[in-house]
Amino acid sequence: MEFTRRGAMALGAGLAAALMLPAQALRAAADDKIAEFTGGAAMGEGGITLTTPEIAENGNTVPIEVSAPGAVEILVLASANPTPDVARVSFGPLAGAQRLSTRIRLGGTQDVIAIAKMADGSFQRAANTVKVTIGGCGG
Amino acid sequence: MISRRDFLQAALAASAVWGASGAGNWARLAAQQALTQDRLLEFDTFGNVTLIHVTDIHGQLVPLWFREPEINIGVGAAAGQPPHVTGADFLKLYGIAPGTPEAYALSYVDFVSLAKGYGRMGGLDRVATVINAIRADRPEALLLDGGDTWHGSYTCLRSDAQDMVNAMNLLKPDAMTSHWEFTLGVDRVTEIVDGLDFAFLGANIFDAEWDEPAYEPYRMFERGGAQIAVIGQAFPYLPIANPKWMFPGLSFGVREERMAEVVQEVRGKGADLVVLLSHNGFDVDRKMAGNVPGIDVILTGHTHDALPEPVMVGQTLLIASGSNGKFVTRLDLDVREGRMMGFRHKLIPVFSDAIAPDPEMAALIDRERAPYRDEMAEVLGTTDSLLYRRGNFNGTWDDLICNALIDEREADIALSPGFRWGPSLLPGDPITREDLYSATAMTYPNAYRSEMTGEMLHTILEDVADNLFNPDPYYQQGGDMVRVGGMGYRIDVTKPQGSRITDMTLLKTGEAVDPARSYVVSGWASVGEGTEGPPIWEVVESYVKRQGTVRVDPNTSVVVSGA
Repeated sequence: MEFTRRGAMALGAGLAAALMLPAQALRAAADDKIAEFTGGAAMGEGGITLTTPEIAENGNTVPIEVSAPGAVEILVLASANPTPDVARVSFGPLAGAQRLSTRIRLGGTQDVIAIAKMADGSFQRAANTVKVTIGGCGG
Repeated sequence: MISRRDFLQAALAASAVWGASGAGNWARLAAQQALTQDRLLEFDTFGNVTLIHVTDIHGQLVPLWFREPEINIGVGAAAGQPPHVTGADFLKLYGIAPGTPEAYALSYVDFVSLAKGYGRMGGLDRVATVINAIRADRPEALLLDGGDTWHGSYTCLRSDAQDMVNAMNLLKPDAMTSHWEFTLGVDRVTEIVDGLDFAFLGANIFDAEWDEPAYEPYRMFERGGAQIAVIGQAFPYLPIANPKWMFPGLSFGVREERMAEVVQEVRGKGADLVVLLSHNGFDVDRKMAGNVPGIDVILTGHTHDALPEPVMVGQTLLIASGSNGKFVTRLDLDVREGRMMGFRHKLIPVFSDAIAPDPEMAALIDRERAPYRDEMAEVLGTTDSLLYRRGNFNGTWDDLICNALIDEREADIALSPGFRWGPSLLPGDPITREDLYSATAMTYPNAYRSEMTGEMLHTILEDVADNLFNPDPYYQQGGDMVRVGGMGYRIDVTKPQGSRITDMTLLKTGEAVDPARSYVVSGWASVGEGTEGPPIWEVVESYVKRQGTVRVDPNTSVVVSGA
């Protein structure tokens, strides 16, 4: 648990910043990005694996991995970041695996969303909640 | 106390029989039996493999009082399920008569009077006697330690855990996993691990920079003609719940997909039996048992639950062996043809007056304690009240600590972390320095004093409450709620994060806590680096000495709903 004054102030600032961008507006921004990627097509739920920590050890650098065998393109969004774009990765026909891993910054607890465009033009979606906590008291 | 006779020859394939494993007549015989070592150790050897499990000893070398929790709320799928059943409901569930030794060992009901009758529990010299007896019966038994071993007492703190390392080396476990061990600092952990004769396992401990495994994930043992894989799982949220600056470069996490891979790997190497030696916490293990196929036994730890019978998830056995040396689990298994065919289980309560100390371990404990004996034995005061820690929202030990913080550090509000370790003291007991350290000894003890707004305090309470009451166990951290002095609040455990905590009230004025106002807050065990203030034990020692006799009034300042 982070109880220092500095931590308190930093957290306060974070909350204030978040308040300027209401959650609804952020969700809409992420939805717009998804619509742009899929052209509004329906998305399936299988065929894509998104691996994230349940609780981030450090919200500034959260390891994520997306695997979607047979995908030609993968879109990753951090749904509640001020700018939700994380990555849009294309795989050529010679790619040995359709998989990406990277580290991303999360401004707070939110869903990380990954969408794969498959070779046949269909879309598959996966989303995980990643908690960004101020620290606990595990006993 | 011999559990589940019906299962003696039961095959796993007979799922109807296994499915009947709820709670039963665990103590029907025990209730009438005299409390003798022979009775406590009685066990009809079964199958070809024996596992011995101890966990969460927290540095406790000598017998102690330990009151089990009165309030231990489960949420989501765990609501109303063991281990979230306490008191009279617990006794009824397992068929334990009130007033029996088992009722004393496993529940809080009539704790003080039963404690006086049945005496202290645990003591590593008694634990050694139990383990030696099991080994005499089954020399190849595997001894597995679930961690939180190198932490939690005066001698452990002062010796940098050397006392516990020496004691465990004498017990000769086959493997252990970890949590508080890492609060010694990673350099000390490395120094100890390099000299261990047994495996220090953690499949979920990774190098943070390269995301590669940093510790041995599992070890294979051949026992009774069977290949046994023991996989270790350290506490997943060490860098969040404990100071990550003490072990920079390490990353943990639940890592379910990693566990599934490791289970497949050991099955591929010919494991007939897969044992997960876990410090996940019970509810996390229950979810993992359901999601990761191929684990036969999970030896659970971290949440300090003591259950007299295994909990079954599909065909996986979940074993909960308590804490602080109060219990030793013996689990006999019939492993044949590449699978577990049946089991016999006993949670052995370590009654220190009934079980003779092992002379060799007793001598070692004496040697480890000798350099500190006088300073530990100093009486700081007396308690009029039962002092205990366990409970989701408060315990009298932390009420005392919060009172000391408010008084000694002139604070409006005090915060004490929701740890689950720390033995109890009975009304009338002297409070020695050793007792105080058993409730506070750790490597980041500084008692800070700072200002926080009402909004910040609300955010903290919401954050910690979600670590405890998030309906998905993988988001839980396994501690209890942060203890609050000087402030009351209401909590609805069914609500989502951000709306569980309401009606925060400053107790000294009875006024509502103002989100915009600053309050003077004192607390301890901050995970932040460079936290300033005296160690918490100095604050409490000064308070107890001034009071002479301490009394802790019943705490009614937290109102709980939704449970």
